[in-house]
Amino acid sequence: MIRLENVVKRYRTRAGMHTVLNGVSLEVRKGDKLGILGRNGAGKSTLIRIISGAELPNNGRVTREMAVSWPLAFSGAFQGSLTGLDNLRFICRVYGADFGAALPFVEAFSELGKYLREPVKTYSSGMRARLAFAISLAVEFDCFLIDEVISVGDARFHEKCRRELFEKRSDRAMIIVSHEAHNIREHCSRACVLDRGLLREFPDVDSAYSEYGRM
Amino acid sequence: MTDGMAPPQTDLLRSAAIQVRVIGALVMREIITRYGRHNIGFMWVFVEPMMFTGGVLAVRSLIHEHWTRLPLVPFVVTGYSTVLLWRNTVGRCGNAVEPNRSLLHHRNVRVIDLFIARLLLEIAGATLSFMTLATLLTLAGLMSPPDDVLKCLGAWLLLAWFAMALGLIVGSLSATFDPVERIWHVLSYLFLPLSGAFYMVDWLPAHAQPLALLLPTVNCTELLREGFFGAGIHPHYSLLYVVIVNTTMLLIALLSASHVSVTVEGE
Repeated sequence: MIRLENVVKRYRTRAGMHTVLNGVSLEVRKGDKLGILGRNGAGKSTLIRIISGAELPNNGRVTREMAVSWPLAFSGAFQGSLTGLDNLRFICRVYGADFGAALPFVEAFSELGKYLREPVKTYSSGMRARLAFAISLAVEFDCFLIDEVISVGDARFHEKCRRELFEKRSDRAMIIVSHEAHNIREHCSRACVLDRGLLREFPDVDSAYSEYGRM
Repeated sequence: MTDGMAPPQTDLLRSAAIQVRVIGALVMREIITRYGRHNIGFMWVFVEPMMFTGGVLAVRSLIHEHWTRLPLVPFVVTGYSTVLLWRNTVGRCGNAVEPNRSLLHHRNVRVIDLFIARLLLEIAGATLSFMTLATLLTLAGLMSPPDDVLKCLGAWLLLAWFAMALGLIVGSLSATFDPVERIWHVLSYLFLPLSGAFYMVDWLPAHAQPLALLLPTVNCTELLREGFFGAGIHPHYSLLYVVIVNTTMLLIALLSASHVSVTVEGE
C-alpha cells in the first residue's frame, strides 16, 4: 500500500513560492494500475518523485508499505560518467540486490550489448529507457513508477515490456504518468487527472479521458 | 515515512544499515570515476597526495632551506600532510552534489550521503599517504619514528573532525550558492601560510601566538609535531578549545546539510 495524505509541494521561484501540489491524497494497493493524466507542467513528475520518496512534501504524509521503484524517467537515476554496468552495480548496492543474479537479465532485456560498458551519457533516450526498465525489473519492486518514458521504445521494446512487466509481473502495482492518452488507456485500470495542484480520480479511464480532453 | 524495500519497521538499526550500504555504493562510484580501473586504479587515492608531499620535500631538501630549526624531513612531512588532510577534504565537498544530482532520484540516496562518501574517501587517502610516506622515510633513515604515536593519532583525528565539519559547511553552502566553491579556493590559498604547516607557534612573537592558536589547524599541527619530535620542542595548543570549535562547527554543518537535503532536488 502507498498512501498520500494531503500532500503539498511548493517550489521557490523568482516570483515567490509556487504551489505545484495543493493537497493531494491517493491510495495505491498491490496490483493497482494507476494512470495519471495531466498537461505539461501540471506537476506529474513532481507527484511521481514524491511518491518515490526522492522528494519530500512541504506538508502532508506519504506512507510506503511496499518496495517502490525510483521514477523511470527520461532523466535521472543514472550517473552519466559511469557505464551501464557500473550504474547497475551502484543500484544493486543501494537497493541491496544481487548484482550477479541481475546481470544476465539486464543484458538480455536491455539488448545494449557492448554499450553496457560505455558511459551512460553516450546513450540515446531509448537506450536509457531500456537500461532503466531492465534494472528496475531485475531489482524486483512491488510498485513501478513510470514517468512518460514508456513511449520512447520501439515495437520490440514494447513487446518485451508487455511480457515482462504487464504479464509476468501483473501482480505488481504500477503508476504511469503521461500526457499521451493511449499509454494509459492501454495499461491502466484506474485513472486520475492532475490539474491546478489537485488530483481527481474518475470511476473509469474513459471518463478521465473525456475530462482531460475538455481541459 | 517508511522506506519501501521491506515491511514498515523503521528502527534505527535498519536505517543505519541502509545508510552504510548507500555510502559504500557512493564510495565505489566515486573511486570508479575519479581513478578508473586502469593502471593502479584506486591506489591513486593515496599515491596522488603522497607524490605531492614527496615532491615538496625533494625540492625543499635540494635548496637547503634554513628557515626551520627542526629536522627538515619530518617537519615538511607533518606540515604538508596536515594541509592535504583539511584542504583536499574540504575542497572535494565543494562540487559533491552536481555530478551526483541524478542519483538523488533514488530515495535512500541523500545529499548528506554524497558528502560523507567524499569525506571518507579523502580522509582515507590523506591518512594512507601520510602513513605510507612516514613509514618509507623512517625505513630509509631520513626521519626518526614518532615519539608518541597516540598524540599523533589524536592530532590527526581532531584535524579530520575539523575537516569533516568544514567540508560539510562549504559543501552545503556551495550546493545552494555556486560562488562559495570559488571563494573557498581563494580562502584556502590565503589560509595556507597561516594554517600552522610551515611554522611552530613558539617561533612567533609573543603577541602573535594567541592569535595563531585561534586556528584549530594550528593547534592540531602543534600536537602532531609534539607527537613526532617529543620533548625537543615547545608546542602550544589547547585540546579543549579544538574540541569546542569542532563540536560547534559540526552542529552547524549537520544543520546546513539537512537544510540542503530538503531544498536540493534531483535533476
